Amino acid sequence: MQKLKILFSSMKRSGKYVVSQKIDQIFINLFDVYKFILRFFKEVLFPPYEFKEVIKQCYEIGYKSLPLITLTGFITGLVFTKQSRPSLADFGATSWLPSLVSIAIIRALAPLVTALITAGKVGSQIGAELGSMNVTEQIDAMEVSGTNPFKFLVVTRMLATTFMIPLLAVYTCIVSLLGSYINVNQNEQTSYSSFVVSALQNISFLDLFSSIIKTTIFGFTIGAVGCYQGYNSSKGTEGVGKAANSAVVVSMFLIFIEEILVVQIVNAIR
Amino acid sequence: MKKQSTPIDESQHLISIKGLKKSFGDLHILRGIDLELYKGENLVVLGRSGTGKSVLIKIISGLLKPDEGMVEVLGYEVDKISIKELQKLRLKIGFSFQSSALYDSMTVKENLEFPLVRNSAHLTKKEIEFAIEDVLEGVGLLQALNQMPSELSGGQRKRIGIARTLIMRPEIMLYDEPTAGLDPITCIEINNLINEVQEKYNTSSIIITHDLTCAKSTGDRVMMLLEGRFAQTGTFEEVFASEDERIQTFYKYNFTS
Repeated sequence: MQKLKILFSSMKRSGKYVVSQKIDQIFINLFDVYKFILRFFKEVLFPPYEFKEVIKQCYEIGYKSLPLITLTGFITGLVFTKQSRPSLADFGATSWLPSLVSIAIIRALAPLVTALITAGKVGSQIGAELGSMNVTEQIDAMEVSGTNPFKFLVVTRMLATTFMIPLLAVYTCIVSLLGSYINVNQNEQTSYSSFVVSALQNISFLDLFSSIIKTTIFGFTIGAVGCYQGYNSSKGTEGVGKAANSAVVVSMFLIFIEEILVVQIVNAIR
Repeated sequence: MKKQSTPIDESQHLISIKGLKKSFGDLHILRGIDLELYKGENLVVLGRSGTGKSVLIKIISGLLKPDEGMVEVLGYEVDKISIKELQKLRLKIGFSFQSSALYDSMTVKENLEFPLVRNSAHLTKKEIEFAIEDVLEGVGLLQALNQMPSELSGGQRKRIGIARTLIMRPEIMLYDEPTAGLDPITCIEINNLINEVQEKYNTSSIIITHDLTCAKSTGDRVMMLLEGRFAQTGTFEEVFASEDERIQTFYKYNFTS
């Protein structure tokens, strides 16, 4: 009995130790992230500036995401309109469809769809790219050749995601509304100009402004998480896989939290 | 034994290390290292895998910080100078990585341009192109100018890695396992290249290796790292004339394997 008690108490103690170690690790990681973001703001302000690399990354992140964003945005607009139609038809309110769809797309769907798609595509790409550069000592090689790898690799990518995600979200809005128009046109033979007028009549400046701010925050998050995971990945191929995976999972999780917070703030202002 | 080509000036040391210690958690890697690199010499640090050879040159280049001890490179204590000073100092140190560490999203030309464009802003496009061609010719790979690193063999990648460090005309070269993973003939070519680099560019080098052929053909002086300390120092023959059983075992297994 005594032996069992000793065993139980030691298990309890070791369990507590494991839990406290994990909690410690969470705070250490949070502090590392804080230092990483602080370093970004320090490095972004002072020369030398890597303009060429920022433009290259904007092309990689923005332009190369267009096919995927076009397809997803178009289908989102089309399907959302198709699914909303029967409910509105029950109340004889199908004329409200363009308004309803545009509010949903501009306020929530376009920013969120763009952010989630790019978190999957761009976030994983950045995480894996920087992770494999870390594993193959390319980051060290950059450092010993007198170049600041943080400035060249991290700052440029974070700037590119922060600039490009809002632009991609605007593009998603346009493509989604086009998808919606095709459905509306098939059923009501509405002209494009009258669809656009009724779609935009209930959109306020705050809707547009909050969406731009929101997507800027999403873009910064995707860049920061991808770069942090890749730049600090553990050595080995497993580390690269983990970096790519956690870049997607963590940024998607943060995007949803940020969405809730921004919606609360915007609703309070409204 | 290496043919002596450049005179070694023992009155001038480029690197001076005293009482260097480095641990990772409970693992004590370096337990008090003393080392001097003289001007014009090729110093080989021999040792088994995991004995801290790579850690040593990473500390010299400022990639890792020492726990204790003094590391002086070209008159600067690497762990005490500012980041800007360290970046300037690094331009005088060439680091050839074990994995070559070529930027795989860039062509050979862009790899070689990378340090030059960022650190020698005064150079014209023509001067940069001339420097690239000169250094590529030096390593015998002028034809690889527009190739991607993935299109090169292991030996070619090593050569380009060395060329990338040479383009900045460093005073000190650090080679991390230059012959690891290469076939015997390519190993000999790389060993010859290390000697040619010393002669042509007047560099002083630290060569980290566990390959005795490399140590014998490139080293003016050999230091044997065992259990975190230098167990023996001297010429290749002097080191392996030692009666230390660990050194004899290392010698025996290197050739029998």
